[in-house]
Amino acid sequence: MPIVVEERRRVSPPPPIQPAGHGGDGDFGDSGAAFPISKGQIGIWILLTAIIMLFAGLSSAYIVLRGVPSWQNIELPSLLWPNTAVLLLSSLAVELSRRAIRRNDLQSMKRWLAAGGVLGLTFLAGQLAAWRQLARAGVYLPSTLQSSFFYILSGLHGLHLLGGIAGLSIVLVMALRNRLSAFRYEPLKLCSTYWHVMDALWVYLFLLLLLS
Amino acid sequence: MSQSHAAQHVHHELGFWRKYVFSTDHKIVAIQYLITAMTMAVIGGILSMLMRYQLAWPSMLSPTLGKLMPDAFAGGVMKPEFYVSLVTMHGTIMVFFLFTAVLTGGFGNFLIPLQIGARDMAFPFLNALSYWVFLLSCIVIFSALFVTTGAPLGGWTGYAPLSAVPEAGPGQGTGVTLWITALALFTVSGLMGGLNYITTILTMRTRGMSMMRLPLTQWSLLITAILGLLAFPVLLAAGILLMFDRMGGTSFFVPAGIIMNQMPIAHSGGHPLLWQHLFWFFGHPEVYIVVLPAMGMASDILSTFCRKPIFSYRMMVYSMVAIAVLSFVVWGHHMFVSGMNPFLGSVFTLTTLLIAVPSAIKTFNWLGTVWGARIRFTAAGLFAIGFVSMFVSGGLSGIFLGTSAADIQLQDTAFVVAHFHLVMAIAPLFAAFGGLYFWFPKMFARFMNETLGRIHFWLTFIGVYCVFFPMHVIGIGGQMRRIYDPTQYMFLVPQQPVNVFITIAAFILGAGQLIFLFNFFFSIFAGKRAVERNPWHATTLEWTAPTPPGHGNFGEELPTVYRWPFDYSVPGEKEDFVPQTVPATVVAK
Amino acid sequence: MADGSGPGRVTSSGIALAGLLLILILASLYLFIAQPYWFPVLASEHGGRIDSLFGTVLVVTGIAFVLVQGALGLFIARYGANGNERAAYWHDNPRVEAILLITTAVILTVLVFMGQRVWASVYFADQPQNATIIQITGEQFFWNFHYPGSDGQFGRTDTKLITSTNNIGLDRNDPVAKDDVVSVGVMHVPIGKPVRVRLRSKDVIHSFFLPNFRLKQDAVPGMAIEVWFTPTRAGQYEIACAELCGLGHYRMKAALTVDESEEKFNEWLKMAAEQQ
Repeated sequence: MPIVVEERRRVSPPPPIQPAGHGGDGDFGDSGAAFPISKGQIGIWILLTAIIMLFAGLSSAYIVLRGVPSWQNIELPSLLWPNTAVLLLSSLAVELSRRAIRRNDLQSMKRWLAAGGVLGLTFLAGQLAAWRQLARAGVYLPSTLQSSFFYILSGLHGLHLLGGIAGLSIVLVMALRNRLSAFRYEPLKLCSTYWHVMDALWVYLFLLLLLS
Repeated sequence: MSQSHAAQHVHHELGFWRKYVFSTDHKIVAIQYLITAMTMAVIGGILSMLMRYQLAWPSMLSPTLGKLMPDAFAGGVMKPEFYVSLVTMHGTIMVFFLFTAVLTGGFGNFLIPLQIGARDMAFPFLNALSYWVFLLSCIVIFSALFVTTGAPLGGWTGYAPLSAVPEAGPGQGTGVTLWITALALFTVSGLMGGLNYITTILTMRTRGMSMMRLPLTQWSLLITAILGLLAFPVLLAAGILLMFDRMGGTSFFVPAGIIMNQMPIAHSGGHPLLWQHLFWFFGHPEVYIVVLPAMGMASDILSTFCRKPIFSYRMMVYSMVAIAVLSFVVWGHHMFVSGMNPFLGSVFTLTTLLIAVPSAIKTFNWLGTVWGARIRFTAAGLFAIGFVSMFVSGGLSGIFLGTSAADIQLQDTAFVVAHFHLVMAIAPLFAAFGGLYFWFPKMFARFMNETLGRIHFWLTFIGVYCVFFPMHVIGIGGQMRRIYDPTQYMFLVPQQPVNVFITIAAFILGAGQLIFLFNFFFSIFAGKRAVERNPWHATTLEWTAPTPPGHGNFGEELPTVYRWPFDYSVPGEKEDFVPQTVPATVVAK
Repeated sequence: MADGSGPGRVTSSGIALAGLLLILILASLYLFIAQPYWFPVLASEHGGRIDSLFGTVLVVTGIAFVLVQGALGLFIARYGANGNERAAYWHDNPRVEAILLITTAVILTVLVFMGQRVWASVYFADQPQNATIIQITGEQFFWNFHYPGSDGQFGRTDTKLITSTNNIGLDRNDPVAKDDVVSVGVMHVPIGKPVRVRLRSKDVIHSFFLPNFRLKQDAVPGMAIEVWFTPTRAGQYEIACAELCGLGHYRMKAALTVDESEEKFNEWLKMAAEQQ
């Protein structure tokens, strides 16, 4: 008795045999099964989505409270301008580092990566200095709604950037141990993605505070 | 490749602590989540028994309880602040530390790699870390019960300014600080888990496992993880702002000019409604974070024990996506009488009744699954069926509440309590019970006792309806939420017998759960051994793994998938089920 | 049938579950039709519209409830496993799905519009002109009712003037405040005349709930929210707080009397004024 041919929708022939090394096991640096994006990439974007949603929530609070009658604008510390430039430069450095490893220039990669990290730390120091600037002007956390937001937004951003610096350090250590190459540099790629988003996030927050 | 991977898995044997406690194996992490969540359930359950006791016999003299909890009982009578803190802690513990944890942390961790054909999660270390942070958050929230200044009493919703001003009541000091901290830790734990769930489901499916061949459990877990990713950070944002209002002198949620205990509270500019918007923007997706995995699991278990494919798999997937998307635009239905612009009330009514449509589709599909089935009445199957009944009951009462004008009378009454318990607590509870009975053999290589399981089902099914159905009616009668003593109001006194009935039913229901707890823990050690891989004759991939699956899940070769997971009762097949790993047999005519 | 068509075996579990669902249906029909416990007696004009809306939703959801739980019970009873019999294999029917989807959406859309009419009549209708206006301030844990008196003007209030005998900080030196009446826990309104209440809060969010009048509105600190209603039935009623406001939330009640006539109301107001 012939067995019925199954409906096409239910059963289809298996997809073409994957090259060895891809059995559905997402591997460090390599993509799993048939999914075009690597585990690391997805992971970093998930993390970034969560961080963006955190700041989205805070932004919406900012926008809502912007409308209350007792809102008072503060004068943002002047240090923020050069500091933002420092952060943008750090992003440039990290990007140059990524491009260096792509053409297997390990020396430049390490140098630019270190520069990026140093610039990042400079930015954080600059933020603390900006806080001091503001405090000396008599504007503290509870002074006005905008000052509260300024301290909290810049503080949270700084904390997340610190996490990015930790990531950069780890990648730098990996590079110093010669664990990265033009074919295996995903950790650097992920770090630079995170870093650029943190940079853009700061620019956004700065504009939000400025354009009120 | 898979062979060399298998070789890599022949580790040196791990010691007891690395293997069973600090393991990064998703199955161990899952069981850790399950046991911890069950512990929180018992705590949350005891809190609710105390609440029901007070509601039925307000201000009854209770010398025994008074001796056990002298801080909570003044002269043998429950203090009102204790009652309200019971309400707060019960809600907080159950929503987060039981339901969200058990469904995504417990079942998600156990099932995702097994059902998609992977060896473990994408980021096993991070996954294990998510459990330990979760455990820490449990300890923090538990400690809030014992703070000398009192446990928080702002409700699980923590509305400001009640939660923002420590002077607003006992427990609003350290208690609320601990509450916020526990939720922040929980958010971080959830993020670490969600990272794993999404990445694993997307990138680590085995050969042949296309998205439309995933079990509905997997779809629900994926969608839920994305929901959590988008919603929980907003709760964290609100919590951060609230913490600063409490400790940093800021005024995000507290307006100027408020007076407590005759003393002015120095704040300016804040808006209490902002808290509500932020909280419910998170809070509404949260209830779907709880119920979607329940829907997915119940659908798969139902299909298995009906020996019939789930009706319209495609629409089941699309409706879950629709529910998830819509869940972000309905939050205002918690705020109809909050003082927000009434125009928004109209908008949110529309979106809320819209979200009822995909839920209705799912209900019709469950009915379509049972129609023409051949039902095997195992404990797991019974709970899956019970899920449908509970969800329908709870979902329909939501229509009253979603209609803004009707909500005016019902808002903040026991009607709301009945609605959300049925749809967000009881229905997911049934799905979780079904899941535990179902996957227990795969987890522990033993069976839970079927007879005790069935008794547990009947007791629970009858019990929850006795507790929550009459509650709709006293809500219609006007009994408010979070009320220490309804008999203070003459118009509520005639309804008091219903409160007594509900309480007695709740006690019996609670006692009935002891049967489950006994069955669960006894069976881990002394239940009937499960040796076969597929005792339920199910089609999904976890049933092709050994019982229990070792580290790496599937042995040397990962499975290959050839079909969807619903080939039950396929005409012409020898068995009444065809596992996903069985290729098509095509014979020339 | 071996091929999956036709009923399965009727099992004891199936009958038991079906029986329980039947009891559920009957119990719910009893509770919602015989109404042994139901809404408090109606005493306002717009409340009737809210009650009708509730009734409509009840009929719609009631029918759905009976049909769905009933069908569930029927199928459970009818389709028990029967040896090696197969279940029916069909699992899609786009036409039926579409019909069910559209029907559900249409029914819900109609409900939305019906509900909208009632909501609009409460919130978007014009303010009544000849209303009794009362400023209500909630605080932990009682309600203050501030009447403007015969001059129809409210005296100035200032939080700095709040004392234990002056809950709302009324400036008694304000000439307009001379005839103001502040009543704690007791509210009177004359029958048949619209009442506009302006809700405020001194500390946390409370909610002004008049169960008999189908009125509920949160009192939010920092906001002054106005709602109105028209009492249609004389008598004594209770006012409750419907938003958790602290440990005394349960006892934040007040008494509302709807006076049978404007004269009786003015009598009370005069008496209350003498006690200021």
